[in-house]
Amino acid sequence: MTTTASGAAPEAGPEAAPEAAPAGTPAKDVAPGSSPWQLARRELRRRPAVRVSLGVVLLFVLMALAAPWLSALGGWSPDEFDKAAIDPYLGGQPLGSLGGISPEHWLGVEPVTGRDLFARVVQGAQVSLLIAFAATAIVVLAGTAAGIAAGYFGGRTDAVLSRLMDLTMSFPSLIFMIAMLSVAKDVNRIVLMTSVIGLFGWPGVARVVRGQTLSLKHREYVDAARVGGASSWRILTRDILPGVSGPVIAYTTLLIPGMISTEAALSYLGVGVRPPTPSWGQMIAESVSFYETDPMYFVIPSVFLFLAVLAFTLLGDALRDILDPRGGRT
Amino acid sequence: MILYLVRRLLALAGVLLAIAAVTFLIFYVLPTDPAAAACGKTCSAERLADVRQYLGLDKPVWEQFADFLTGIFTGRTLGTGQFAVHCDFPCLGYSYENSLPVWNLLMDRLPVSASLAVGAAVLWLLLGLGAGVTAALRKDTATDKALMVGAVAAASLPVYFTSVMLIYGVIRVAGLLPYPSYQALTDDPLAWASNLLLPWTALALLYAAMYARQSRGSMIEAMAEPYIRTARAKGMPERTVVVKHGLRSGMTPILTIFGIDLGGLLAGAVITESIFGLPGIGRLFYGALVSSDQPVVLGVTLLAAFFIVVANLVVDLLYAVVDPRVRY
Repeated sequence: MTTTASGAAPEAGPEAAPEAAPAGTPAKDVAPGSSPWQLARRELRRRPAVRVSLGVVLLFVLMALAAPWLSALGGWSPDEFDKAAIDPYLGGQPLGSLGGISPEHWLGVEPVTGRDLFARVVQGAQVSLLIAFAATAIVVLAGTAAGIAAGYFGGRTDAVLSRLMDLTMSFPSLIFMIAMLSVAKDVNRIVLMTSVIGLFGWPGVARVVRGQTLSLKHREYVDAARVGGASSWRILTRDILPGVSGPVIAYTTLLIPGMISTEAALSYLGVGVRPPTPSWGQMIAESVSFYETDPMYFVIPSVFLFLAVLAFTLLGDALRDILDPRGGRT
Repeated sequence: MILYLVRRLLALAGVLLAIAAVTFLIFYVLPTDPAAAACGKTCSAERLADVRQYLGLDKPVWEQFADFLTGIFTGRTLGTGQFAVHCDFPCLGYSYENSLPVWNLLMDRLPVSASLAVGAAVLWLLLGLGAGVTAALRKDTATDKALMVGAVAAASLPVYFTSVMLIYGVIRVAGLLPYPSYQALTDDPLAWASNLLLPWTALALLYAAMYARQSRGSMIEAMAEPYIRTARAKGMPERTVVVKHGLRSGMTPILTIFGIDLGGLLAGAVITESIFGLPGIGRLFYGALVSSDQPVVLGVTLLAAFFIVVANLVVDLLYAVVDPRVRY
C-alpha cells in the first residue's frame, strides 16, 4: 500500500513517500554479478543529474560539518553584529547593492543587525541537516525494528504494532508537532525537534519493512537457519535484516528531504530552534517581512533550502531505482 | 459490505478516542497552566484557585477527560452556581481567549479552510494528473523529462517561498489581484474565487508536483498490463483505452494519497492561511497556540484527526468504485 508517510503533513514539504515495494529481493532483475555498488556507478554514469545532486549533497554535508571553520574563514561569527555594514538612517538596510554582498560579507548581511549571512547560512545548514539526519535516524531505527518485529513474529505482536502504525498515521502530524513544540519550553530545542519529528515518521518505514519481512521469512534459507537451531535474534539480524536493507536505504534517502522541509516549516512557524541559533526555515521567516526592501536576504536561505531538498530528492529517486527495482525504473 | 462498514466505523471511533486521550494528556497535564492562561497576567492566588475550580482543573485528569468526552456527545454544564454556563452538544469547551464555544469558532472558520483545500485540490488534481499522464504516455521523450524535472523542482520549493513570490509577482508588481481577503462563496462566487486564486495556486503547485510524479509511475505500470493490450487489440480507440482502462486502475494509489492530503489540509493549512491572511482553521490554531488557548488547540487537533480518519475511510470505500477488482 502506498501512502504519504513523510514526517509531517504534506503542507510542510515535498512527499517523502517512495512506493512501498514489498516483493522481491533488491535488484533481482539485473544480470548476475552486479553488486549494488556497480549498479550505483552505472546509474551515476547514465544520469548526469544524479552526479550533480550527489555533488550538491556532499557539498552541503561538508559545509555543515565545517561550519565553524567556514565562518572563521569568512571572518565573521554567525552572531556577530556589524553596524558598519548597515545604514542606520535607512531603517538598518544593508549598505551596498544586493543586500550588502561585498568581499567583506560574501553573501551580504542581515538588515538591522548586520550579521553576516554567509556565516548564518552555513551555521543554519548545520542545524537544519543535523535535525533532519537525526530525525531520519530515529525514524529508520524505530521503523525497521517495529516492521521486522511485526512481520517476523506475526500474531499478536503484528496486530498491536500494526494498530499502533495506523493510529500514528491518523494523527494530524504537522498540527501535533506544532502544538507539542509550543507547549514544551526551556529544553534543548534541537533534541526536542528531532524527537518530535521522528515520532510521526516511523510507521512509513515500518510498513515497508513489514511487507519485505513477510516475504522473506518463509524463504528456504531462513527456514534452514531456523531448523539449524538459530535463535530468533540471529535470524532477524543475520538473515532478515540484510534482505530489507535495500528498500530501507532507498526509502531513507527519500525521507531526508521531507525532514529538512519539516524542520524548516516548524522553524518558519516559530516553534523550531530559538534565536540566535539560525536554521534555514527560521532565517526565511525572519526575512519574509524584508522581501521587498532587501530581496537577497529572503532569497539566499530559500535557495539553500530549495537546493538541499531538490538534491536529496533526486539522489533518493536514483537510489530507489538502483536498490528497489519495483518502485522505480519505469 | 455493511459488516465491513460497521467494523471500520468502530475502528474510527477507537482511533479518535485514542487521539483525544493523547492530545488531552499532552495539553492539559503538561507544563503550561491553563488556569493561569485563562485568568490573565494580573491574577491573584485566590482568583487563580477559583478559575481552576471553575474550569474543573482541580479534578483528577481522568475525570476531566471523562467530562470532556461527555460534553462532546451530550453537552455539559461548565462551572457552578450563578456562573454556570451550559455548553450545548457538541461541546468542545470554551475558548480562554474570547469565551466563545470552541465548536462555533471551528464551524465559523471551516468554510474558509474547506474553500482553500477543495479549490486547491481541484487545481492540483488537474495539473498533477494532466502532467503525470502526459509524461507517462510520452515516456522517455523530452516532454516527459521536462515535466518531471519541473515536478521535482516545484515539489522542492517550500510553500512559504512560493506564496511570497506569488504575492510579490501577481499582487505587488503586476497588480492583477487584490490582496486576498476571504469572501463567502454564497455572497459573491467571483470574488470568492479571485481572492482564493493565489493561495490555491501556491498549494496546488506543491501538491501537483507530487501527484505528477506518482501518477506517472502508476500510469506507466497500468499501461503495461495485459488488459491494455487486449483493449487495443479489440480495436478500442486509444483515448478510451487510456481513460477507461489505464487511468482507472492507475488511479488507485493516487486516491490513497489524495484522501490523506485533502483530509490533512482541511484543518492543517497553517502556513498557507497565515501567509495569505485567510481566517481559516489553521490560522485559528496558530493564534490559539500563541495565546495558550488550550481548548481551541485541542478542538482543532481533534477536528483535524477527524478529517484524516474520515478521509481514509471514504478513500477505502471509493476503491471499490474506482477499481472493479476490489470488493468488500
